Order: sequence, then structure tokens, then C-alpha cells
Amino acid sequence: MATTTAPAKRRTRARDTTVFLKFLMATTGIVFIGYVLLHMYGNLKVFAGQEAFDSYAHHLRTFGEPILPYGGMLWIIRIVLVASILGHLYAAFTLWSRANGARSQRYAVKKAAKATLGSRTMRWGGVAILVFVVWHLIHFTIVKPAINADVSASAIAESPFTMMVASFQLWWMVAIYLLAMIALGLHLSHGTFSAQQTLGWTQTARGYQRARTIGYVVAAVVVVGFALPPLAILFGIVG
Amino acid sequence: MALIDGLYTEGEKIADTKAPNVPIERKWTQRKFDAALVNPANRRKLSVIIVGTGLAGGAAAATLGEAGYRVKSFCYQDSPRRAHSIAAQGGINAAKNYKEDGDSVFRLFYDTVKGGDYRARETNVYRLAEVSANIIDQCVAQGVPFAREYGGLLDNRSFGGVQVSRTFYARGQTGQQLLIGAYQALERQVAAGTVEMFSRHEMLELIVSDGPDGKRARGIIARDLVTGEIETHLADAVVLASGGYGNVFFLSTNAMGSNVTATWRAHRKGAYFANPCYTQIHPTCIPVSGDHQSKLTLMSESLRNDGRIWVPKRREDCDKDPRDIPEEDRDYYLERIYPAFGNLVPRDIASRQAKNVCDEGRGVGPMVGDFRRGVYLDFADAIARLGEDAVRAKYGNLFDMYAQITGENPYETPMRIYPAVHYTMGGLWVDYDLESSIPGLFVAGEANFSDHGANRLGASALMQGLADGYFVLPNTIRDYLAKGPFEELSEADAAVAEARKSVEDRTQKLLSINGERSVDSFHRELGNIMWEYCGMERTAEGLQKAIDLIRALRDEFWRNVRVLGAADTLNQSLEKAGRVADFLELGELMCIDALHRRESCGGHFRAESQTEDGEALRHDDEFAYVGAWEFTPGTAESGIDSGTMGPPVLHKEDLVYQAIELKQRSYK
Amino acid sequence: MKLTLKIWRQDGPNAKGDFVTYQVDDILPDMSFLEMLDVLNERLIAEGTEPIAFDSDCREGICGMCGLMISGYAHGPKQTTTCQLHMRSFSDGETITIEPWRADPFPVIRDLVVDRSAFDRIIASGGFISVNTGSAPEAHAAPVPKENADRAFVAAECIGCGACVAACPNASAMLFTAAKVTHLGELPQGQPERYSRVVSMLNQHDAEGFGGCTNIGECSAACPKGIPQDVISTLNADLRHALRTGR
Repeated sequence: MATTTAPAKRRTRARDTTVFLKFLMATTGIVFIGYVLLHMYGNLKVFAGQEAFDSYAHHLRTFGEPILPYGGMLWIIRIVLVASILGHLYAAFTLWSRANGARSQRYAVKKAAKATLGSRTMRWGGVAILVFVVWHLIHFTIVKPAINADVSASAIAESPFTMMVASFQLWWMVAIYLLAMIALGLHLSHGTFSAQQTLGWTQTARGYQRARTIGYVVAAVVVVGFALPPLAILFGIVG
Repeated sequence: MALIDGLYTEGEKIADTKAPNVPIERKWTQRKFDAALVNPANRRKLSVIIVGTGLAGGAAAATLGEAGYRVKSFCYQDSPRRAHSIAAQGGINAAKNYKEDGDSVFRLFYDTVKGGDYRARETNVYRLAEVSANIIDQCVAQGVPFAREYGGLLDNRSFGGVQVSRTFYARGQTGQQLLIGAYQALERQVAAGTVEMFSRHEMLELIVSDGPDGKRARGIIARDLVTGEIETHLADAVVLASGGYGNVFFLSTNAMGSNVTATWRAHRKGAYFANPCYTQIHPTCIPVSGDHQSKLTLMSESLRNDGRIWVPKRREDCDKDPRDIPEEDRDYYLERIYPAFGNLVPRDIASRQAKNVCDEGRGVGPMVGDFRRGVYLDFADAIARLGEDAVRAKYGNLFDMYAQITGENPYETPMRIYPAVHYTMGGLWVDYDLESSIPGLFVAGEANFSDHGANRLGASALMQGLADGYFVLPNTIRDYLAKGPFEELSEADAAVAEARKSVEDRTQKLLSINGERSVDSFHRELGNIMWEYCGMERTAEGLQKAIDLIRALRDEFWRNVRVLGAADTLNQSLEKAGRVADFLELGELMCIDALHRRESCGGHFRAESQTEDGEALRHDDEFAYVGAWEFTPGTAESGIDSGTMGPPVLHKEDLVYQAIELKQRSYK
Repeated sequence: MKLTLKIWRQDGPNAKGDFVTYQVDDILPDMSFLEMLDVLNERLIAEGTEPIAFDSDCREGICGMCGLMISGYAHGPKQTTTCQLHMRSFSDGETITIEPWRADPFPVIRDLVVDRSAFDRIIASGGFISVNTGSAPEAHAAPVPKENADRAFVAAECIGCGACVAACPNASAMLFTAAKVTHLGELPQGQPERYSRVVSMLNQHDAEGFGGCTNIGECSAACPKGIPQDVISTLNADLRHALRTGR
């Protein structure tokens, strides 16, 4: 047991390492950061009124025409996003299970010296965001249920603006979305920093600090940017 | 034969026979040429056991592995990277003369012999200086991050009072960086399959076969400290690089596990132990804070450049807050006694004077036993003169270390320091080839006696360890290995079976005594005896008394030690018990050696041999020799290996100085 | 000081372990944490109980042999080694939980002693510069810019104690591995093997069963030498380069 004889040398490849999984995590994560920022920008169009918002939603589908068919760009984005989520989930669950396997006997007492709330909640927070995204897709893309009794299903189908306003006139719906945005903010505050660290962009103390700051800024922008429309709708400023 | 002083006998003189008879500058080149070569294809048929993975052992294992020999490397720690070489702070000397300040191989050689108070073998020291430059090249190539200047070249500093800047350093962690370099080279060979590593293994016996062509060291018995299994390891040659024996004092700057067992077991099998009384006591250590103390921590000597050392003039003031003691009631005793050198007197003098003032009852700090053991090292003047920031820039890390250990703020109140044992110049006797008096048993690094004489200069220990490991031993051992492979030994061979049985019996004996006292309590008591009578100042009367006390303690140990647990598991009490049992024998030999050497030299100060003003007085006419001791077994009256020792036999090796002239040191 | 100690006791690698509670009094604030355990062990021996096994060697914070999980912190509440932690960092009457490093690649040998030989194997897989003794060029042949030398030194300060693994929620040894990759990668001497080194060391790291890094930073906070997170970024960048160049 005490002998430290190295196992036989085998051929090693860079892509067999856990760090490669982290690259996958980081690059797919960056795709999401970009997507989320664009999505947030689109949501803020709600302040420009129904017409602007609806035409923006329509424009998304005609983007790239005539080279792309109607809705083509959206499908490309969807495919990229689906591939990214699969990569992100694969990396996350592989690393998660590795981590569990690396410490099968837990500490009786363990305290965190440095970990932030964001870094500590990456995994379960990520799962929560996943659950939310499923609900969000059902809510706004796939099923589009008429949750608000005051607005009909046909009105919702006609105008994305109406759909949004109808949803966020309900306080509990706003609460769900706000909670989800807090989870997303925590996830991004660590994830944005972590992606930069993983990609090797933080090789100095200053670079490290900069990456941390970028993480917090992205998180703050996303949370505020997404929270504004629902709150504005709830308080009757929009709609 | 009649006993001298009732303690020992004198045998034939010995001499080194390996250094070629050519001028000193050409000896090493000539020796390397004369040493037989081993064909690369034959090297894998030859095996070497190396005990210890510090600078000497780690470097030797890596180098012999690279050469293609089959190496088995052993350390008691959980990894070869933890050997105590790692704790060396200051630096490593090399005669590179990068500063163009007049350094040379000859000057480094001269300084080392003089610093050793002319008790080292000239030929070995010259070689050490000669290979020193190669060490730096090797370490830089391995990636050791030495301090550099802005131009990208290596920085040097002057160290330990020498007048040239020849010390290479890596902040205060030079030993660590050098050891990691050797460790990485070693691990590379482990991966390559040339070195087999046995960590958490302790050598407990040497196997010496007695064939038709005489005695040869052929292997070791080791205990796997995890499973408790007693293992036999055989080879064509054995190298001991197991470090020094400072832990005989219980409190020292050595690591907790540092021990003499490997070399002592070899000594019992016929290897001569040379100059065991030469121990170095470092003046600037953090004092003992109470009876619980397990080890002492050294702070760099550089503190004495700006700190002033003092104690109160009156005993009544000793427990006062030092800041409340007015200037006129303070005794800056080093500045008073040595106006020329002041606080910068050499290590041995600074240490001895600290002991003297404490013995007078003027020590400071907590009472340890009947005395306060500490003196002030005061930076108030330096802070007033240079400002706190400048002092912080120079000594900040040392002040932090002091604050962490003592909980006191050295910027506000004077530090307390006290001397502590930190290096042993004595060790197994070796010739120019580093071969001991047992053929096939080589000894490297602190474990041998060869290079530092009676006192070691700062930044020389790292140099010697790496010189032995990288450059000397690999070249000399091949001359021996070229005669091999030697005849196969089996477990059934008488020499092997005897060694194995003695280890098993001893282990069983230690576990079965089941007495009243813990191993540590014996070790602590032995340490007190050694420190009191064989420490900084020795007298014939005190040493005689110490020998009696050690014998009584050893006797009690084998009747009354309590070692709990079993042999077939990790059992740290059992490990300690074996080590302390050997220290109890070594301690006696150290006292005998100290008693017979009726002169003061280097780390050995005999009160009977001093000048009128209390300085060390050497007697070159009588004592310019290496005292190499041969073990003789006692008449076993008290059972299995209960530490019976017969009167040792003294073999003198005359020290012949041809390249330099002997002089008396003076610091007044 | 009086303290209540809850200490993990385990007879052997395969034995089932459990916490045993000990009361100690007469503990002095000047004692180091390990000396406090020495005092307890002396008492246990006097009572005829086997002493608690724990590793320590140099006891001056450099060899890396000691390491205990103390009330949830690797090496205790101060950023130092266990041997340099003193009892004045605790308060009278406190309850202290003492556990071994917990990570599957660091199996418990006995009580608080673990096997860290996985670290040696990571170094053996590539944590070196391949230069045989005697083949080195003159030391001044390759100047090293001071900034690179200094950063190499910071990374090279690693003492291999394993606190990074112990503190990491993923039981990852990434800080240990990255410190070596950075140390050697900053130096001109380390360039020839730079990218093959990172690939083989990481493969060994993973083969030993350590978890992956998620950039939380607990390792650097627990590291007695304060080795910063940016070394991990350097390792990542080196692996990215290796990937790009088809290694």
C-alpha cells in the first residue's frame, strides 16, 4: 500500500481529461450568456409598446430571409441551444458524479472558507434553472396555456405582447419568474467568472479579479434586465 | 586491553586510501578516471539500496536510476518529498564567482576547512568546493526557481559572515526548492521504472554478508510502517543518506521523525562512527515555551545583523516587561564581551554566551525547569533608526513567523531567542569514495562525517548533500559496483536470517515490556541529559555523570517502557521506541567522544580547554585527528538486545593539511 | 484551557471508524495544535489506550506531512499548516471536531493518517524537467525574467500537504497539479515538455479519482502557502493549447 509505484504509462490525450469537460461547460455556458443577454434585450422591447414588441418577435422569424426560410434563424438558434444544453448537462452531471465519487465518506463538519453562494449553488441551482426553462418553454413557446382567466387563448396566440402582459399581471407568476431570475443570477455570477477561469483568461491576480467582476456585472444586468418587464407589468406601468 | 578512562580502548590508526596521490586540484579528476566503469548494459544487473530521500539520498537515487542501475529507495515519511532537507532556509554555496568578488574553488575550500575549525578532511572538502558550481547548473536546469535579478541572471548574497557573495537562494525556502528538484528527478525515475520507491518504510537493520572475499553490505531489513510487515531487501550495495542525529537532544530543529537508527544499526554491524560529539547549536531559535514543547524552530541568523541581544543586569528584573527596563539596567553582553564583532560573533560563541547568562539566572521568558531560557533580541534601535517599514521589508517573514508561534508582536516588544541543536557534523566514517568501513556500505550527506569538521558554515549543508548525491557518490560507487554482481543471497542465508530475526525479536521485546513510562518520557529525559552535559559546554565531570545517567536510563527503558498496540499495523509508538532505543546508545558514545576530546573546537567546547579570557582553545598537537569509533558488543546480561554496548574502540585518522595551514580562530 | 475533542478513530484501512470524544484540560494557549494532541496521547498511553495516530514531521510548516480537518476547516481556522496552528486560536470550553482528509484517492490508513501517494504519482507522470545529472548547461546560459522566476517560485512553494483536496467540495487536486504545471511552465527550462506535461499530469490526476475543478476557490483559501487560483487558469490555458495542437 505504501509503495508508490506508478501505473504503466498509457497514451494520454487532452480530450480525456476533466478539464476538457470544463471547456465544454465553459463554451456552452458562454453560448447561454450570449443568448440570455439577447433575450433580455428583446424583453425590454416591451417598454416600447405592443407594436414594437410584436414586430420584434415577428422579425426574429424573418431574420436572414431570403437565404434562410421563415423561422430559419430561430431554428438555428434553437439547435445551437439544444446542443449547448446537452453539452452543458453532460459535462455538469459527469463532473458532479465524479465529485461524489471522489469523496464517498463525507465530513461530519465542513465549513466554507471562500465559496460564494453562487458557487455553492451551481449544481442544484442549475437543476432549478433547468426545471424553470422547461416550464418557461411550455408557458411561452410550446403550449402557451391561458393562465390569466381574463385573457383568451386566441388573444395570446395572436400577440406575444398580450401573452406576456397577461401572464405578468398575476403576482404569483411574477414571483416564480423573479425567483428563477435570482437562481439564474447566482448561476451566472459564478458561471461567467468560472468560464473565463476555465478558458485560461485569468492568469494574473488582476485578470482573476476582473473575471470575478465581469461575473457579478453580467449577473446583475441579467437579473435587473429580466425583472424589469414583469414588475412593470405587475405595477401597471406597461400593458 | 586496558580501558582508557574506564570507557574505551584504542585501536589501530586508520587512513583514507582512495584519494589519489596527486596535487589536490587534480585528485577528483584522477579518482573519477581511476574508478572502474560499468558497461551500460550491465548496469541493470546491479542493484543499489538507498535509505533516505533528502538532498543526498534523493539526488543519488535519481542519478543512479538515470545511469541505469536498479535502485530501491526508502524513506520513513509518506513521500520522498518530505525529507528534512526541506526545512533549510538560507541558501546553498557555490564557487561560481558570479559577483566577481574574488571567490574561487580554493577560497570556498579554505573557508569551509577554516570554518570547520580544521577538523575536516582536506581532500573531501576540496572536492566539495570543486563540484559546487555543477550543482547550481544542475538545479537550474531542473527548474529550481532561485532568486534572480532584473536582468534575469541569478542573484547571490553573502551568508554566515563570509566576505564573498556566493550563496544562491530561493527566498527563505532554498532547501525546499532544492529538495523538490531532486524529488522530481527521483519521481521521473520511478516512472521510468529504474527506481522503486518504498515510502513509509523504515530501515531497521543492515545485512552484512561474510563471503569468501570478506564482509560486504548486501541489504537491509525494513519495516513497512503501514502494514507492520518486516521485509528483506537485498542489493549489491547499500547507501545510507539518512540525515543527522540531532534528535538525540529530544528538542532540536530536526523533524519529529529524524533518527539515527539506520546509521546506528550500521555502526553496530561494523561501520565506524566518527566525531559523534560534533553538534552544531544555532543561536537564534524561538525559545522553549513549556514542558509540552515538541520541537524548536529556527529563525535566520540574519536577524543578528540589526537586532541587539541583551538580558537584564539584575535577576529581579527578569520577569518585568522588557520595555520597562531602563537602558542602564540592560546587559548587552555580546557587545560588552566582544566589542569588535558584537552581536555578529559566530554561532558557537553566541550560543554559549546565551547559555551562560541564563545559567546565571538572568534569562527571560517562562520558567522551564529551574531557569528561564531565553535572551532578548531587540529591534527597538533598528526600528528607531531605519523605521518600522524598512525593518518589515527586511525581516517581515521572520517577524510573522515569530508572532505566529509566540503570539507576541516583535515590532512592539523584543523577541526572545535561545540556542537549539540543528545539525550534527559527526556521522559514519567514510573514505574519499564515501565508503564506510564496511565494504559496499556508502554514506552520504549529513549522515557521514566528512566535510564540515567540528563546525559547519551556513549554506554548506545543502551544498554537501547535493554534491554527494548528484556528483560524488554516483562516480565512486561504480568502482565498487564494477566488481559485482555479487553472489545471490537468499532469505535463508545466515546473515539475512540473523538480521531478520534480530529485528523481529527486538520488535516483540519492545511490545512485550509493557512497563509504566511512555517512549516520549524517556526521550525527553535523554534529551535533558544530553543538553545539560553534552550540549554547548562540556566538562569531564559532567560527561562522566551523563554516561552514568544514560546507562541507567537505558536500563530502565528496556525494563519499563510502555509501547501499546500491535506489530502488524501502523504503530507510531513502536516506531518511536525503536528510534529512542538507538538514541540511548548513541548518547553514550557521544559523551565518550566528547570526554576523550580534551580540547575545544567548533561545536565542541570543553570548559577545561579555554584561553584566559574564556575563548575556545584547540590542541592541534594532540587532537588533529578524526575520532572514528568501532562498536563492540556488550556481554549480554539483560536479555535480547537491551542496548548492551561494550567499550568502543577508538581509531584515529590523522588530519593532514597540505594545501592549507592550521590557524587558531579569534573573534575578540 | 479546557476543550472537548471529537476525534475520528479508525483501526486500519478497512476498519469502520467512528468519533470518540475526549475531554482535555490544562491546555496552554502557547501549545501548537499537534502538541495538544501529544499531551492527549501521553495521557491515553498512561491510561493504557492506544494513542491517536496522526502524521507530522518537520513541525515548522514546510514538509507538508501534517494535515487535519479541524472543525470543518483544512488545517484549522487559520491559513497555515496544522503544526503552526496554536491553541490560542481556540477559546476555552470549545468543542473541536478532528477528522482526517476525506477523499477517495486519499484512503485512511489509521485514525487521522491518510495515504497521499497519489500526489507522488501525479508528479511522476510528468511533474519534472527531463534533465539527467551532468547534462545541464551553465546556469547563466538561459536568463529568466524576474517576473517569470517570481511566479514560478510562488507556484513552487506548494508543500504537497493535500489541504487543497481536503477543502475542495469536489475533492479535486487541481491546485496541486496546476501549481506544478505553472512552476515548470513559467521557466524556459520547462518549455520543451510544457504541453505534454499538462496532458499526462491531468490524465494521472483523473485516473487517481480526484474530482474535477469548479473554480470555487476553497483550495487557495485553505492552502498554507496561499497558492493563488490563477495557477489553475494557467493549467487550463496550457491544456487548451495542447488540445489545439492535437495532443
